[in-house]
Amino acid sequence: MEVTATWYLVLSAVLFSMGFVGLLVRRNPLIMFMCIELMLNAVNISFVAFSNALDDIAGRTAVFFVLVVAAAEVVVGLSLVVALMRRRPSLSVDDLTSLRG
Amino acid sequence: MLDIAWLIPAFPLLGFVLLVLFGRRLGEPFAGWLATIASAGAFVSTVVVFFGLAALDTAERFHLVKLFTWIDVGSFTVDAGLLVDPLSITMCLFITGVGTLIHLYSVGYMHGDPNFSKFFIYLNLFILSMLLLVLGDNLLLTFLGWEGVGACSYLLISFWFSDESNASAGKKAFVTNRIGDFGYMLATFLVFVELGSINYDDIVSRAGELGSRSATLIVVLFLLAAAGKSAQLPLFVWLPDAMAGPTPVSALIHAATMVTSGVFLLTRLNPILAEAEVWSTGLVAWVGALTALFAATIAVAQNDIKRVLAYSTVSQLGYLFLAVGVGGYVPAIFHMVTHAFFKALLFLGSGSVIHGLHQEQDMRRMGGLSKLMPITAMTFIVGWLAIAGVPPFSGFWSKDEILLYAWNYDGLGGPAGGKVLWAIGLVTALLTAFYMTRQVILTFFGRTRFFDVRAEEIAAAWEARFATLDLSIAEANEVEEHALSAVEKARNEVSKREEALAKAEEKLVAAREAVAASDASADAHVKLVKALERAEGAVPKAEEAVLKAEEKLIALVGEVEEAAVYGKELQTARVDLRNSRRATPMPPSQVTARTEAPVLDDDLSEYVPESYHRRQEYHPHESPWTMTLPLIVLALLAAAGGGLNLPFTSELHFLEHWLEPSLFGHEVHVTASASTKWILAVVAVLVGLIAIVASFRVYMAGAVDPARVEPEGAARAWYVDETYAGFFGGPGRALFDGLAGFDRGVIDGAVRAVARGTVALAQGMRALQPGFVRSYALGIGLGSVLVMVWFMGRLFV
Repeated sequence: MEVTATWYLVLSAVLFSMGFVGLLVRRNPLIMFMCIELMLNAVNISFVAFSNALDDIAGRTAVFFVLVVAAAEVVVGLSLVVALMRRRPSLSVDDLTSLRG
Repeated sequence: MLDIAWLIPAFPLLGFVLLVLFGRRLGEPFAGWLATIASAGAFVSTVVVFFGLAALDTAERFHLVKLFTWIDVGSFTVDAGLLVDPLSITMCLFITGVGTLIHLYSVGYMHGDPNFSKFFIYLNLFILSMLLLVLGDNLLLTFLGWEGVGACSYLLISFWFSDESNASAGKKAFVTNRIGDFGYMLATFLVFVELGSINYDDIVSRAGELGSRSATLIVVLFLLAAAGKSAQLPLFVWLPDAMAGPTPVSALIHAATMVTSGVFLLTRLNPILAEAEVWSTGLVAWVGALTALFAATIAVAQNDIKRVLAYSTVSQLGYLFLAVGVGGYVPAIFHMVTHAFFKALLFLGSGSVIHGLHQEQDMRRMGGLSKLMPITAMTFIVGWLAIAGVPPFSGFWSKDEILLYAWNYDGLGGPAGGKVLWAIGLVTALLTAFYMTRQVILTFFGRTRFFDVRAEEIAAAWEARFATLDLSIAEANEVEEHALSAVEKARNEVSKREEALAKAEEKLVAAREAVAASDASADAHVKLVKALERAEGAVPKAEEAVLKAEEKLIALVGEVEEAAVYGKELQTARVDLRNSRRATPMPPSQVTARTEAPVLDDDLSEYVPESYHRRQEYHPHESPWTMTLPLIVLALLAAAGGGLNLPFTSELHFLEHWLEPSLFGHEVHVTASASTKWILAVVAVLVGLIAIVASFRVYMAGAVDPARVEPEGAARAWYVDETYAGFFGGPGRALFDGLAGFDRGVIDGAVRAVARGTVALAQGMRALQPGFVRSYALGIGLGSVLVMVWFMGRLFV
């Protein structure tokens, strides 16, 4: 049985949905971070799948951008999480509502 | 050569910047020298540009120097550029030339002022603004200069702002000028709407595209602007008050340069004036003529040496408007130049007088200064002859030209209208010669009245004398009261003594009875006899005491009477003093060269206040060379300035030929015959001479009481200020309150309503920001899904 692009796309969709649902239902910021990473990498998979299928380098290039942006975002996000952890004993994002309108 | 025109404003700009940065450190007199050099640099560059311009063909004398693009919005482009043409360079020549002389003069005049360097900062800034005003190649750059000179004028009028009246004079000038500026702005907007450009270049070449209606409206609005800046009816009220500033400022700003900018503006816009309907230019002429006459009548009755010159300036500016209105741009510029010479000269001369007389400005207290200040007097006399229109001094030529053009005018009201304008101009010339002669006589001839005791000093001496007398009256009253109470006491004493006497007598009677009744042999009898003897002795003693007390009483009563008599004498003396005060003549409010010194009788002289004695020790003196040199230079210019445009042959019309390229053939040409011209000139000279002779009769010979030629109304400027104050304080106030109410209710209300609406909207939108990160994530997710669905839908439909 040949592994076509469709397989990868399905995998990507499944991973993305897992990430998204995780983002919505979990309250721990660290876990939510992981979920976001999951979603990003799901997208990366679909990028690579399409790139391969269409024989176009642009898709793979985009992946690098996503990786770089994700790395930068992790740096900022994790430092925020660490700073918050220091201040509060238990951490739930639902408690962080100081920007409420 | 013309491209160095940017140097002209650059010099004062550099001077201004340097003085702002280092002025205080430079101090006196170096800050003044720096400013003078900056102004002189501008003058030298102007002369260079002038020769460059003169070397060109007549047709090419309209040169634009673009510095940079200032504003570029849509179709609206304004360059910061200079327009070098005969008109602007003529203005620059006398602005920088006269300006430099006044800078030099100020170095002497402002000697010892704590804000010496600040004064020169303002002066250089003023020169810069004025140069931008005349050199700007568009209405906006001119407006920048226009506002700049207004601001400098404000700063300099209230230069000595610690005095409340100086500060409010500055405010008055500023506020009055704002009314004119309003006209300027509206006119500029209108020009832009009509022509799509505010460059003079376009205005000149495309003025014909303006309809006569809008051209008329533009002219009227610019007339309002010019009337504000050039102090014409009805906005002239600020200029006499502007004399509160230091005298060099009055000379530079309020006589020679800034106030002529209205005339310059109207001359610059001559293509628009040519398009406008006849009545609007006629209005310019009539405003000028009426202002000239009106201000001249006021100047006749002023006693402040600078106020006379201030009203004289208003009057002469009226001449300039008259000239512009009748189409005589050349005589207008000609008179503007000669006026700059002689009026700056007169102002600086009056400043020299004020400086030499310890800040005294009242002409009634001057007199006889020609001996004490010979240079000032000589130069002032040259200025007087120039403004009075005595040939061959400069004022004669330029004023005569204006009168000739007025005679020639046949626009509004036809030829008869021109004759009326001419007659008004002639009467003004008569008044001008009259009040200027008065000023010269009162200031420089006759007795030196500076040392005279002054009316207010006499009044103060009388007050002091009355106060002393009142003090002794009070003392006498006190003595009398004191004596009265002593009399009262003495009376009590007398009655007490009398009682004692009565008691003693009673005792005596009782003792006698007791002795008679008693048994002579008893022991007690001896005692009783002794008592009787004692009682007999006590009675004469008591009698003596009564007598003494009565004597004392009589003496005291005498004292009281004496005190009462003395008090009465003092009262009579007071009445006498009041009568003699009423009988003593006060120094007259109007003086002549023959007015005698007010007498101060010996009794009064010891009460004269300190100021009088201080003045006796002060020596009026000639000013230093920094002040007299500008006077001499200006006197030469004022004497010879007529040579700029002699009327005899066409070749001698230097100024007319020079200005031709700036006027585009819009100037009127006089059609009167040579004989008419001669007759008009002779009439003008005769009128001037009659006025001078009349003034000599009144003020030198004392043939007529000056009070008869100086009406009270004229001295109070025909109550214009009071009327304005009454109107704007009364009915005007209600109107402004109404407008302010409209502003608060409707305009501010609308603004506040918008603000409240925004707040309400924001309140509603707060619900969208709960602060839960996960709900945001859900929102983003759902949004993405919606976007995707929409794209899919587009793909398949």
